[in-house]
Amino acid sequence: MTDTELTLNVDYTARAPVARVSLRGITKSFGDFLANDHIDLDLMDGEIHALLGENGAGKSTLVKIIYGLVEASAGSFCWLGEKTHLSSPQQARELGIGMVFQHFSLFDALSVAENIALALPESIGLDQIASLIQDVAQRYQIALEPDRPVWTMSAGERQRIEIARCLLQDPKLLILDEPTSVLTPQEAENLFETLLRLKQEGRAILYISHKLDEVQRLCDRATIMRQGRVVAQCNPKQENARSLAALMVGSQVEDIKSTAPSSNGQVRLRIDHLHMPKTEHGLALQDISLSVRAGEILGIAGIAGNGQAELIAALSGETKTSQADSIMIDDVPVGRLDITERRRLSAAFVPEERNGHAAAPEFLLSENAILSGHADGGLTRWMLLDFAGARRLARKVMARFDVRSAAKDPLAGSLSGGNLQKFVLGREILRKPNLLIIMQPTWGVDAAASMEIRKALLDLARDGASLVLISQDLDELFDLADRIAVLHAGHLSAAYQRSELSRDDVGLLMVGLKPGDHHAT
Amino acid sequence: MRLEVSERQTHSAMLDILAPLLAVGLAMILGGLMVLALGKSPMQALMVYFIEPLSDPWALQEMAVKASPLVMIAIGLAFCYRANLWNIGAEGQFILGGAMGGWIALLTHGMDAQSPFGTFWILPAMLMTGAIAGALYAMIPALLRVMLGVSEILTSLMLVYIAQLFLDYMVRGPWRDPKGFNFPVTVNFDPAATLPLLMHNGRLHLGVLFALLAALIASLIMHRSLFGFEVRLVGIAPRAARFAGFSEDRLTLIVFAISGALAGLAGISEVAGQIGQLQPVISPGYGFTAIIVAFLGRLSPFGMVLAGLMMALTYVGGEAAQVSMKLPSFLVSAFQGLVLMCVLAADRLIRLRVRLHWGPRP
Repeated sequence: MTDTELTLNVDYTARAPVARVSLRGITKSFGDFLANDHIDLDLMDGEIHALLGENGAGKSTLVKIIYGLVEASAGSFCWLGEKTHLSSPQQARELGIGMVFQHFSLFDALSVAENIALALPESIGLDQIASLIQDVAQRYQIALEPDRPVWTMSAGERQRIEIARCLLQDPKLLILDEPTSVLTPQEAENLFETLLRLKQEGRAILYISHKLDEVQRLCDRATIMRQGRVVAQCNPKQENARSLAALMVGSQVEDIKSTAPSSNGQVRLRIDHLHMPKTEHGLALQDISLSVRAGEILGIAGIAGNGQAELIAALSGETKTSQADSIMIDDVPVGRLDITERRRLSAAFVPEERNGHAAAPEFLLSENAILSGHADGGLTRWMLLDFAGARRLARKVMARFDVRSAAKDPLAGSLSGGNLQKFVLGREILRKPNLLIIMQPTWGVDAAASMEIRKALLDLARDGASLVLISQDLDELFDLADRIAVLHAGHLSAAYQRSELSRDDVGLLMVGLKPGDHHAT
Repeated sequence: MRLEVSERQTHSAMLDILAPLLAVGLAMILGGLMVLALGKSPMQALMVYFIEPLSDPWALQEMAVKASPLVMIAIGLAFCYRANLWNIGAEGQFILGGAMGGWIALLTHGMDAQSPFGTFWILPAMLMTGAIAGALYAMIPALLRVMLGVSEILTSLMLVYIAQLFLDYMVRGPWRDPKGFNFPVTVNFDPAATLPLLMHNGRLHLGVLFALLAALIASLIMHRSLFGFEVRLVGIAPRAARFAGFSEDRLTLIVFAISGALAGLAGISEVAGQIGQLQPVISPGYGFTAIIVAFLGRLSPFGMVLAGLMMALTYVGGEAAQVSMKLPSFLVSAFQGLVLMCVLAADRLIRLRVRLHWGPRP
């Protein structure tokens, strides 16, 4: 052993800080299935650490173990080098771990302060909480009004409540699960600033995301998981999006982008001054006009809850319009037709929610093939269902769209989100529709499946179909759509050519502001 | 101490089949305790209720006769229950079907087979009228639900009492047999208005065949037709049903019509096959017992045939126990209730895990 080596060694141990959290050999099995297979992970103070992986890679399980929601089958958990056994989230919080979930757990009817009070010890009064909130808001520049009721707030504002709630407990480690999935670009920007501030204070942050550009911008280290194992650790700033994606899926990923300029084909879908009254839990659609030509993909951006669900219901015929000619498919007024009759005009629909809307989870895939398939009449003979035909159709969809399942004809609910989405989409594409209206096609779908779905959508448009793509994912819209319109509070903006629009413009439209006038067509 | 209920990850197919049997077994044990509390021997009661009727040809026929209305009603109810609609007024639809079908028999009473119209049409007309009356009566809760959003549970149940009182009034008033010594009964139906027996000198009448036929057709509709698919989908995933283009309102009306028609048909079959006249009470609660039959039979047509026979056995055995052991007839209703509770509990418990934790909440 040479002197230099010895010096290096000593130097290293002298400076190496103790990890805030150190996992060794964490393993979690559900029956025969290994969700986490000997995971080693160190989270350091003052570091934003990304956890990357496809759906089903084991990220959620690992995070739940760290937050005490799930107990590991084997392996050790060290907090500042001290071996600790976590058995409940409460214990994790006492230790100094805070978590912001993807789905918020807030009471709509209560105010910001009341929601936060619920998470704190009972001894702290509401007025005291208001001043605590002000402190946190000032320190981290999180704008929050303690007295405002939650139901008036946007997703971004709600997320701030969750974050403030965590920060009030002064966490040493903050875990965020897909935090930007519901935010506008501007809101995401604010979040990043808050996170960098927290990092500067020396807190450890575990950041779970599948948005590679964010991870590259924000994170100091990334741990990439695949099939329950850690496959790589890297500095994301030294990688590119493509190499990170390749690590996640284990193979090379192509970029799927629309290349064809929008065609001058016939108008397939025309929406003309569509008004829909306000529903019980929804919102009114106001004066929506739009037309989509054959071969064109029209993207509709917007934050969830701005009329997307109402729009797709009106387009599909799940709710009928008062005027037949406010929606025309191939020049046929369809406003008063039901979804089956619209399907017979060669329209197809894929709503946002797979489980329970586009598919019945307790039914077999072959039975789910009947959902939209019965409209064309191919699956019924003399009022009786052709189950063999339905099985053939389901198998065809599974083969063509790579729907993976151990069973030949599985229950829809037993498929993973991505596989079920591929089935639901494939079912509609195999009907060779002239018009496809689709919402959030790659939501919660892993990178490989999402690539296949995008490819299928582009192929369909190339073959002359018109597509309406309603999505919150700006990357997806900019990759696929020829023109983009934005839905805000039940109003639809003009549709802009993709090349004329920047992400910031879309962000402004998403909150109801207008981009520079020169963009408008 | 606290009770923790969680969904089971897996549940075995074996238990799925065994659950109704386990439930009946448990109900028998609890029923035995009731008999014990009345100071009688549970073992003897078991023999009288469930074993002896099975070894007596007359009692076996009686079982089939009592099972057929139960099965017919339960099959109709199963359409509603699968669609997640709660028609519990089959008793009323049964009574109205019997009353209105019987009314045709009263109107045609004394008609001569040699008359220009003949009498061959009387029985089919009675059956049709019974079924239609039941269906129309079931339309009331269905329409109230579809148009005004009124709970079909309450309205269908309340309509039972109206039907009971209607029949009671008619039999004591306008329909009473003038030569009946003031007894509140109608005339005895003519042979042309009576369902023929299947065997000479036996108890089985044509109504038994109706029940089997209904089971067969229902099985075909439920499992093979687009309509059966629609019923199941609306019940299990209403949003997916809307996506598939099925209208919940339309379906509500249809399943209530089917259910009411079958209950009405069962009612007129009972009146024309078994009783032979109208009287203030024409049902020992068949419409309610059929709810138990539907669940005990897992809403599957052939399961309901078996469950119908099982429940009919409690009626036949109950009559025997009343005679030979002096056990009150209400014991039959109590036992039927126990069966329903046990079946519903078993159905949930094979999917849920219940754990009792001692000590304070963590």
